Amino acid sequence: MSRISRRFDELKQNSRRALIPFVTAGDPNPAVTVPLLHKMVAAGADVLELGVPFSDPMADGPVIQRASERALAQGICLHRVLEMVSEFRERDDETPVVLMGYLNPYEAMGYEAFAEAAGAAGVDGVLTVDLPPEEADGFVHALDAVDIDPIFLIAPTTTPQRVAAICARARGFVYYVSLKGVTGSQMADVDSIAEKVAEIKAHTRLPVGVGFGIRDGASAARVAQVSDAVVIGSILVQQLEALEQKPEEISHKVPALVAEIRAAMDAVS
Amino acid sequence: MNKDQHQTIIGSQPDSRGHFGPYGGIFASETLMAALEELRQAYEHYLQDPAFIAELDDDLRHYVGRPSPLYFAERWSERVGGARLYLKREDLNHTGAHKINNTVGQALLAKRMGKRRIIAETGAGQHGVATATVAARLGLECVVYMGVEDIQRQAINVYRMKLLGARVVGVTSGSRTLKDALNEAMRDWVTHVDDTFYIIGTVAGPHPYPAMVRDFQAIIGREARAQILDQAGRLPDALVACVGGGSNAMGLFYPFLDDAEVALHGVEGGGEGLKTGHHAAPLCKGRVGVLHGNRTYLMENEDGQINATHSISAGLDYPGVGPEHAWLKDSGRATYHAATDDEALSAFHELTRIEGIMPALESSHALAYGAKLARQMTPENIIIVNLSGRGDKDIHTVAEIEGMTL
Repeated sequence: MSRISRRFDELKQNSRRALIPFVTAGDPNPAVTVPLLHKMVAAGADVLELGVPFSDPMADGPVIQRASERALAQGICLHRVLEMVSEFRERDDETPVVLMGYLNPYEAMGYEAFAEAAGAAGVDGVLTVDLPPEEADGFVHALDAVDIDPIFLIAPTTTPQRVAAICARARGFVYYVSLKGVTGSQMADVDSIAEKVAEIKAHTRLPVGVGFGIRDGASAARVAQVSDAVVIGSILVQQLEALEQKPEEISHKVPALVAEIRAAMDAVS
Repeated sequence: MNKDQHQTIIGSQPDSRGHFGPYGGIFASETLMAALEELRQAYEHYLQDPAFIAELDDDLRHYVGRPSPLYFAERWSERVGGARLYLKREDLNHTGAHKINNTVGQALLAKRMGKRRIIAETGAGQHGVATATVAARLGLECVVYMGVEDIQRQAINVYRMKLLGARVVGVTSGSRTLKDALNEAMRDWVTHVDDTFYIIGTVAGPHPYPAMVRDFQAIIGREARAQILDQAGRLPDALVACVGGGSNAMGLFYPFLDDAEVALHGVEGGGEGLKTGHHAAPLCKGRVGVLHGNRTYLMENEDGQINATHSISAGLDYPGVGPEHAWLKDSGRATYHAATDDEALSAFHELTRIEGIMPALESSHALAYGAKLARQMTPENIIIVNLSGRGDKDIHTVAEIEGMTL
């Protein structure tokens, strides 16, 4: 059983919703990332989403775009991201790590070479924003060979036929993009999220995580009541940006924000 | 290449999901998948609809000013010495370039689909102006995304767009040029997908854009083919067109793909020279990757990060290229070359002085290679060069290079 399934099984037994924080690897500098991942786990993160920086992040709002630019300016490449995962795994063999990014860096490395390196590093899932299932055969095949889950997205605009087709291919968990927009936009209303999550759950027994637009404990708590997992990204990245010149405060302040959101989610579950 | 081989190419491209061989496809956010499908269905439907075709033809004739002339550049041909050079005069279209052929078509499609809001990306501003123009005419809201670097370089086109009622949004992310404007337009589309039509200006992007833009631009090649048969009594030996994203080249080439005796030459922005790395020539020097919704040749580093490009011409300053060109390159049906900034600049001056036609710097790349090719031929041979746009927009750039202040 994969780390992702094991983690969601444990959560289910404890009637707990998963909290999935996102940070971009190497933002604002490479030394920060691995210690931060450990601290976020200690603060209540159940799954970690690690952003692979890309020069042209079309699905991201300005906050995560700038995180990508900061990381690239520090010389972060895909190899370096995988080294960070290996380093994280030295002290944590339980918490699932999902890479989030765009297809071209994987294309450049080659699907097989990437899958092998990611598997060896201890990556559990790969969520690729610009790779719909129709184009994913070769990539999924390479990930299958090393038991890494391809994580697919469903959007508010996804038609019923596509929801069924995506669920049939999904592994690990299904990521519902809660709004029409880029990362960091205003959150959609919870009723519409609940409705789509129910539609997705009619097609799959996989957990459904919700992301895009969740910006504080209150909104995370509301989304946690209608889904299995809550992804928070832009609000953490905003903190990282604000602390760029005071990196020593990152390992304290960013996990504190994760803990605050965790507490808000646990208060309603 | 023999006839059978390239018949196979044409017959198989693109497939139902927009693949030209291994290139093209739909690499887009899930949020856009339904909108792309809606667009594909509308485009396939209306391209078979006689009423739509009649309205498009009428607009192309009376609003754009088509057909554009095919002009035998006799003095230039003599000067070059070699093949007879003909110019397809897309510079004489309304708004001064081939871009309007496509924006007229997509705007009519937007109207039929009930979309009230138009967005576009632009580099040099020609596509932005062509989009703002059709939006004004149809009374549609129009937002154009443009990198702040390009806004500074192309102040006149920015003001033209504003006069036409468009809102020009400066893009400050990434390299602040065309590729970043495209990213920002995609972000807008994801956010306003219900009421917005995204008019992409070139034969790139997710399916159906590469095929759709080609089909709207193919009027160039259809006219040129009929005109050369009329004027010279035979098909040309070669076609030459510049390639940034590649829409004017695809529009010229497409109706000739079946004519195996006609050689197809695309000319990329060679910048300071292919060896310097400062260029915009992904087909000549790039690697295959995925960007902006399609798989194609890209200017990228070893990590798959997109490189900044360089060309004297903002319209060629793009790190990718339409997927059908990638396929034509691999299949051998077309060949691709590069002209440097300097070569384009001297072609700009030569045509202006000898024919009294001031070409756009983009088109000047095609002229530079056209002359080179002509010198390897005799007056028995015929070359058609696509004069894709007029050079008025570039006089500030040219003046600056020559140390003049206007």
